[in-house]
Amino acid sequence: MLIINLLGLLLIALIVWWFWIYQGPTSQLDEGRITISVKNGVYEPAHIRIKAGQPAVLGFVRQDPSPCASVVVFQDFDISEELPLNQAKEVRLQPMQPGHYPFTCQMQMYRGELIVE
Amino acid sequence: MHDKNHHSEHCHHNPGNAAAGASSTAHELLIEGAGCASCVGKIESALKQVPGVTEASMNFAQRSVSVNGEVSDKALIAAVEAAGYDAKVAQAESSEDLLNEKEQADQAYYKRLMREMAIALGLGVPLMIYGLFIGEMTVSTTAERIAWLLVGVATLAVMLFSGRHFYVGAWKSFINHSANMDTLIALGTGTAWLYSMVVVFFPGVVPEMARHVYFEATAMIIGLIDLGLALEIRARGRTSEAIKRLIGLQAKTARVLRDGQEVDIPIAEVLQDDQVRVRPGEKIPVDGTVLEGHSSVDESMLTGEPMPVEKSADAEVVGGTINKSGTLLFKATRVGKDTALARIISMVKQAQNSKPPIGRLADVIAGYFVPTVMIIAVLSALAWLNFGPAPAVAFAIVSATTVLIIACPCALGLATPMSVMVGVGKAAEAGVLIRNGQALQTASKITAMILDKTGTITEGTPKVTEIVPLAVEDEAGVLRLAATLEQGSEHPLAQSIVESAKERELSLGSVEGFNAIAGHGVEGRVESRTLLFGNEKLMRERQVDIDQHLEQAQTLAAQAQTPMYLAADGKLLALIAVADPIKADSVAAIQRLQHNGIRVVMLTGDNRATAKAVADQVGIGEFFAEVLPEDKSAKVAELQQQGEVVGMTGDGINDAPALALADVGFAIGTGTDVAIESADVTLMRGSLHGLADAIAVSRATLRNIRQNLFGAFIYNAAGVPVAAGLLYPFMGVLLSPVIAGAAMAFSSLTVVTNANRLRLFKPQDH
Repeated sequence: MLIINLLGLLLIALIVWWFWIYQGPTSQLDEGRITISVKNGVYEPAHIRIKAGQPAVLGFVRQDPSPCASVVVFQDFDISEELPLNQAKEVRLQPMQPGHYPFTCQMQMYRGELIVE
Repeated sequence: MHDKNHHSEHCHHNPGNAAAGASSTAHELLIEGAGCASCVGKIESALKQVPGVTEASMNFAQRSVSVNGEVSDKALIAAVEAAGYDAKVAQAESSEDLLNEKEQADQAYYKRLMREMAIALGLGVPLMIYGLFIGEMTVSTTAERIAWLLVGVATLAVMLFSGRHFYVGAWKSFINHSANMDTLIALGTGTAWLYSMVVVFFPGVVPEMARHVYFEATAMIIGLIDLGLALEIRARGRTSEAIKRLIGLQAKTARVLRDGQEVDIPIAEVLQDDQVRVRPGEKIPVDGTVLEGHSSVDESMLTGEPMPVEKSADAEVVGGTINKSGTLLFKATRVGKDTALARIISMVKQAQNSKPPIGRLADVIAGYFVPTVMIIAVLSALAWLNFGPAPAVAFAIVSATTVLIIACPCALGLATPMSVMVGVGKAAEAGVLIRNGQALQTASKITAMILDKTGTITEGTPKVTEIVPLAVEDEAGVLRLAATLEQGSEHPLAQSIVESAKERELSLGSVEGFNAIAGHGVEGRVESRTLLFGNEKLMRERQVDIDQHLEQAQTLAAQAQTPMYLAADGKLLALIAVADPIKADSVAAIQRLQHNGIRVVMLTGDNRATAKAVADQVGIGEFFAEVLPEDKSAKVAELQQQGEVVGMTGDGINDAPALALADVGFAIGTGTDVAIESADVTLMRGSLHGLADAIAVSRATLRNIRQNLFGAFIYNAAGVPVAAGLLYPFMGVLLSPVIAGAAMAFSSLTVVTNANRLRLFKPQDH
């Protein structure tokens, strides 16, 4: 029983580490723009580094028919854009100050983050 | 800490208004025939060579090019065509095609989900019936092992066919270190299936009492959640009805004069300055100015104003409205995505997708939700294993699965946006454009409403109400003199005098030495008489004796009329009173506001007597008179300091600072001025009922959001502990995973359905 309990606690620790603590790989913009695919419940890439004070163009291509994926919301910038299925949709961002800015679907299930530094 | 507020303002991005703002020189074209990326340079350089173009950049992925500069669309299209490609003016993003495309995609997805649901339930329902009424779903004999193995394989097939999107989604987000609804469903159904397979293959590792299989749960959950998603798509479709209706207003073709011939062309090809003909009963295709003809136009679909509007030369017409009686020829002034209708659609869409602050907490919770539920599932399994009755393993598996399945982050996440979508659309139907979710939420909390008098409560165009001749000239005579003198003046009162003389078909003479004395009146020589026309101050300064008629003037002022004195060569000729008539429905609308518990305050630059008279007539007890334009915002601040949530209503031009300072600024438009920048809410018709409607809709929407959020919170807060088995020690109740699946599937559907109830809301209780 002790082993099972320890395994359980280890599992919880892993969940906390994997989903909340771990900082995954990030992607850079290429000449001020990046294409983000919206597919199978995730944004790819989801963690994007942007230099502070530079504008950015995020080209979203939604390949996921689920209605959840149909809107992308940048809460900090008051942007919310509808993403048509299988079509490119550009979101243009003005130069930003350093910080972390999440972008999500309306239900917060699709999650991505802009890391401005 | 960085300054997020500042930042967000700085980065404010409003694509909906990009074309409407200062950048009226921005053009957007769609290019056809550009097959390769190398065409980009060719098209861009062709456009840059057009005189006036300052910038041209093409987006190859979207086949669109944006051009800046003082240049006509025609010239740009010609340049692109000369380079060997076809081009047309970009239409509003929300064209009917795009909407149809979206509907088709939704429909296809709906069908797919229904098919997947049928397969999953096709296996799950018979299994469940067997388990409930016919036999035990346990594994003891070899025959049972083989039979259940086959069922297990069939379930795997269902998982792969009907539930693949959950597993792929869960895996993709897992490797991205994120978790979503797919994660919960995949884990829940996966656990149930895996445990059952362990029981089938290695019955020895679990106690005899726990040798139970849960294949039916896996199949049922997948089927039910697919069903829930499918129904949700249907319900979501209905939330965008208002925008569909607006998009449906767009005409498809226009009859344009080209080379002296009338040709029917698709609306996308209409260019600025084209001459467009509309016959009775037809839709006006784009915005424009009437050149010829006379007709009445039904603008109710945009403004909510039921009375048709008369149009003749120089009148503005708006695309999407219906020409009723005569034929009109007009010049197109705004086409494509610049038309009022396109801007309304874009603004409504933008607002529908924006979130009021009330949803923020739910968003924060939703962000941590899934991993938290996973932890609760593990803790619950551990608790059953440690303290549960036999068979503890089975209880642990059931409770963990049920916790994973019942938790529904979607209901939380959907609660706010669905209601905003319907509420903002509902408002648009009543001719009320709400800029964003923040404005919607604040409008629901307004406790005090400041109404500008002129143009808001009143018509805004003064009319001559009384002429009192005091010397030899009759009414027509004095009016003619006053109008002749005032011809050159731009003061609104002066215009009313000239207008009135025109109505009486009086012929006006010429004026010499015209001089406007600010705040007093005007002077000049007409027919070799020195005329003075203005207020009491002017007469006193020029020593004209008015004492005998002062009382009469004061009586007029007390009736909300503005008395003016006309004198010739130092002697009083007449009293002319001008008044700004109160709009027919102002009284009723103000009563509606007051009934809703809102403190209504009137604000005006007029004198106290006029202000009081108007306030009395419309039933407002509180007013600020003689307020200079620049002091209007101070009055807003004054009420705010008293703790009121202040709404300010004005025409959006003179009172922009006050509108901006108010908690919610309402601009009263005239149908075409859709995007008044300083306003949070634009009322497209002149009636104050729009104001009462706006507040009623915002209150109803916020009530709906609260119901949704409350429901979603309670559902999760109660569902998860019950699923974990919290009631078991007291009542012996443990939920089945199938029930959890059904509850979860219908919780988000309930939220969408409740939001749809708002569609039935009728703001007009007048």
